Amino acid sequence: MKFTLSWLKEHLKTKATVDEIATKLSSIGLEVEGIEDPGAKLGAFKVARIVEAKRHPNADKLQVVQVEVEKGKPLMEVVCGAPNARAGLVSVFAPLGTYIPGSGITLEKKPVRGVVSNGMMCSAAELELAADSEGIIELPPELADHVGERYVDATGLNDPVIEVKLTPNRPDCTGVRGIARDLAAAGLGTLKHEARIQGVEGASPCPVDVKLEFAKGEKPACPVFAARYLKGVKNGPSPEWLQNRLRAVGLRPINALVDVTNYISIEHGRPLHVYDADKLKGAIHARMGKKGETFLALDGKEYEVDETMCVIADDKGPLGLGGIMGGEASGSTEATTNVLIESAWFEPLVIAATGRKVGLVTDARYRFERGVDPESVMPGLDLATQMIHKLCGGTPSHAKVAGKAPAERRVIPFDPSRVAKLAGIDIGDTEIHRILEALGFEITGKGNTLSVTVPPWRPDIHGSADLVEEVVRIAGLDRVPATALPALHGVTRAVLTERQRRARRARRTLASRGLVEAVTWSFLPKADATLFGGGAAELDLANPISTEMSSMRPSLLPGLLRAVTRNANRGLADATLYELGQIYRGKKPEDQLLAVAGVRAGTARPMGAGRHWDGRAADVGLFDAKADVMAALTGLGFDAAKAQITRDAPGWYHPGRSGTLRLGPKVVLAQFGEVHPETLKALGVDSPVAAFELFLDAVPPERKKSRAKPALDAADLLPVRRDFAFVLDKKVAAGDVIKAALGADKVLISKITVFDLFEGGSLAAEGKKSLAIEVTLQPVKETLTDKEIEAVSQKIIAEVKKATGGEIRA
Amino acid sequence: MSASSSLAALEQGLLADIAAAADLAGLDAVRVAALGKKGSISAEMAKLGQLPAEERKGFGQAVNQVKEKVAAALEARKAALESAALAERLASERADVTLPVRPGPEAEGRIHPVSQVLDECIEIFASMGFEVAEGPDIETDEMNFGKLNIPAEHPARQEHDTFYFGTRPDGSRLLLRTHTSPVQIRTMQSRKPPIRIIAPGRVYRCDSDQTHTPMFHQIEGLVIDETTHMGHLKWVLEEFCKAFFEVDEVKMRFRASHFPFTEPSMEVDIGAEAIGKPGRWLEILGCGMVHPNVLRNCGLDPDKYQGFAFGMGLDRLTMLKYGIPDLRAFFAADLRWLRHYGFSVLDVPTLGGGLSS
Repeated sequence: MKFTLSWLKEHLKTKATVDEIATKLSSIGLEVEGIEDPGAKLGAFKVARIVEAKRHPNADKLQVVQVEVEKGKPLMEVVCGAPNARAGLVSVFAPLGTYIPGSGITLEKKPVRGVVSNGMMCSAAELELAADSEGIIELPPELADHVGERYVDATGLNDPVIEVKLTPNRPDCTGVRGIARDLAAAGLGTLKHEARIQGVEGASPCPVDVKLEFAKGEKPACPVFAARYLKGVKNGPSPEWLQNRLRAVGLRPINALVDVTNYISIEHGRPLHVYDADKLKGAIHARMGKKGETFLALDGKEYEVDETMCVIADDKGPLGLGGIMGGEASGSTEATTNVLIESAWFEPLVIAATGRKVGLVTDARYRFERGVDPESVMPGLDLATQMIHKLCGGTPSHAKVAGKAPAERRVIPFDPSRVAKLAGIDIGDTEIHRILEALGFEITGKGNTLSVTVPPWRPDIHGSADLVEEVVRIAGLDRVPATALPALHGVTRAVLTERQRRARRARRTLASRGLVEAVTWSFLPKADATLFGGGAAELDLANPISTEMSSMRPSLLPGLLRAVTRNANRGLADATLYELGQIYRGKKPEDQLLAVAGVRAGTARPMGAGRHWDGRAADVGLFDAKADVMAALTGLGFDAAKAQITRDAPGWYHPGRSGTLRLGPKVVLAQFGEVHPETLKALGVDSPVAAFELFLDAVPPERKKSRAKPALDAADLLPVRRDFAFVLDKKVAAGDVIKAALGADKVLISKITVFDLFEGGSLAAEGKKSLAIEVTLQPVKETLTDKEIEAVSQKIIAEVKKATGGEIRA
Repeated sequence: MSASSSLAALEQGLLADIAAAADLAGLDAVRVAALGKKGSISAEMAKLGQLPAEERKGFGQAVNQVKEKVAAALEARKAALESAALAERLASERADVTLPVRPGPEAEGRIHPVSQVLDECIEIFASMGFEVAEGPDIETDEMNFGKLNIPAEHPARQEHDTFYFGTRPDGSRLLLRTHTSPVQIRTMQSRKPPIRIIAPGRVYRCDSDQTHTPMFHQIEGLVIDETTHMGHLKWVLEEFCKAFFEVDEVKMRFRASHFPFTEPSMEVDIGAEAIGKPGRWLEILGCGMVHPNVLRNCGLDPDKYQGFAFGMGLDRLTMLKYGIPDLRAFFAADLRWLRHYGFSVLDVPTLGGGLSS
């Protein structure tokens, strides 16, 4: 919504400056989007008169003109190329040093073909008042009396234009009058009295019939349509003041008839339409459109209508979309002599839906979709009749009114103490009454039981909370005192859930291992989703922003791997990334899981990537991923040794170099390993990648009975270490060897490490390998005798043999 | 030559040999030659038996003295030689201390700025008694719009703003939540007031340009009880802004506005002094008193319960506080960006220790 300061001041008596008005507007909910002050941009330009014009001595197309730029001062010599520069012309002069907005230059004193120009005579284009122009501006001769004054002052262009971004609940402020009312209520002036719009009697019945044709029992899209016929008007350009006003708010003057309707629309938020009555066939019908019907709109485009849209038609077919845009065929032109004025009311929801469907944003839609004052139908028609009659003459008919406006006014029971209760501000009943009444509410009743009648221009007010808002926004939100929220506890309590704590710990654990946290999109290309076990149709967006973002991600890995590719393309081949976020197995809330995944590419091993004098880092591998995932689990407070490791990671992992961490047969804690070369290829990754994905919801919660830690069990007796080397089938898992060895004596054996693995030499030929473990025995009560140690050793050898078939190496 | 003078000569000779020993092996040879079984001092000791009894004592003492002196000299010389050998070895082990070391994983890892700022926000709101609530990204129309008093015809429901999934057999469609406000509804439906929660999370809108991304982060706040009013809302937001921007004072401007789910509604600006850019207002959030219809939709009596809600962009807060220019870069996983704007693992925000280091 755009309006000028002077237009506002026709309704608001105020001494406030533009800035004060803008600040107040924003604070009461009418957010100012911009203030344009043409005076600021064009302030240097002056009204000047050409006294004498002679041809330039050295150029055919140039003239040297003598200009009166200030009364009683010597004339200025100016070189001018405009063909219309002539003696006696009143035009616009720019002194040296002026910035010319249209050409982007600042005037300097320099000779033009040997004659020094002391300034410039300007065209409308140079002042950015027109797209292009021929010659310099020609001002009316009577402005010769204003020579020396600022151009913007002499021509009334110094009128700041204020643009307000209206929220969808405020139809009343789509008119200047409504904005003035709000400002007056907020104490920025007084609302000027508005002469009551006189009813127009008319001389004869309206010759055009109006019919509302809507299905019975349904809410009509156009419940009321009022029309008046004016016979014998003389259309033409509207007067200068009216054109200037429309131009100032960004509207193009068309002709007097159309300009009047636009003027009333901006002034009162009451859209109207005029038809050339001679172009109408038969009666006016307000009805829903029919499939296949089209019309040529005023914007020169053809629109198709359907049964969800309200059209205004004549006997032949649709003329326009009711409340949105009229038709070219029935529109008024300068030749129009008989005119039909429309003042109707349209259902906001129908207007909004239609407007969206056809993609039309018009001044009429802007108002009707917010809800035009239904009681403005007749005053609007009368005002338009009067203005047209005054500007274009003609004989008005009686009004023809079909249907009835939805006129019932809402009454809200209101307890003014709600203001203090809800807003925390005690401003007293007197001010509450004053504010509501200034906004047009009518109050009956006393004390805490008021009945407040809502004015018809405020369809957004439904209940007492709305009234509280009206009072508070007008009284001033800055008057609401900040009040401390009562503390619930003396000292802050921990507030995170178990899941939230885990997310925090997982993030910090992985970052401490050199991984860098990324946040990638929740949606992926469908092919990427499919590659990682997703891509089900039910998780495809119906309206994705692009095919690159069309399917909900089944895993965090594709997003991270794509990021590896992008980083590699920028020269960062050894990426280390992780993400903690949601993945989707289905659409139900419980199908959304929280996962954390990490990738290491190229040589990005934990100690650092790339070449180093201390030795080049090797390519990342399975065990880097395993170390990350184990660390993450430990970071979550889970004993990673409790998990079983199986060899059945999903297909996007290397089949021989990946694993799954499980808790029992059903619960998958995590997957890890080297990413399958084909998967890497599909995602454009050139280097090897080790990856893992951990499902945070699957990790059982930490069960702590007490904050106290168990007593330290540090035996004074020296531990004993013994080494065992086993020859095993190549397929035997080290984990099974360790498990079997541990089983030999659960009390004495405190630790087992694998310190050697040899798979080469003659063993390889036999399909065997050698695995060496170091077993630590921790004596509990007394030092172990050689005999006891030997007994445990034999037990270990026996258990390993039993479990794996492995033989102790001689 | 008397016995005593020959002993003295022996001693001098041995001490000279010890002093002349160039290394530990040479010194050991001297030791064996003197104190070994066939050593010179041992030979003197062997003479004891052949001496007359009255001479034995005196000679024995003399030999012992020589032996002790020589042994002491051997020890001293050995220590000196060892020390010299160590010094020589250490000198040979000299390294180039200017060679660079790897920074190590803890120096390379980063926390994403949004995660860091979320942790900061949680710290602040926890101190005011707010818990952290969560909800799913895939929501029903009813949760995302209907229960929040957003009518069926509201423009936000249109396809050009909301991501939808395919139509289900019953005609309904699921969607990606366009704000974190459904978590308000889930919370009010699942527990009785008093309620104090924040709800951070990802939200989605069909928007993609310089300043909009189709996915971003919001943080929602909700307080419901029987007495909380707009004054409390103002206080909470003022306290939050001071704590978050880590300044003593933040200029704030509350402007009336309109949202379907709050009444009265406000938009809040802060003076850009808080981020060191005086003279401008920055819009940071929308808020208001929870609309009676929303309370009613969750089974709460609006004549009894009341409270406020607010919602702000977590990414935007991050950009403002840490001077990050481009929203789109948040989701690009560009390592250069992440390393530059990301946070060290050790920068754990706490109120007592300071939110940012």
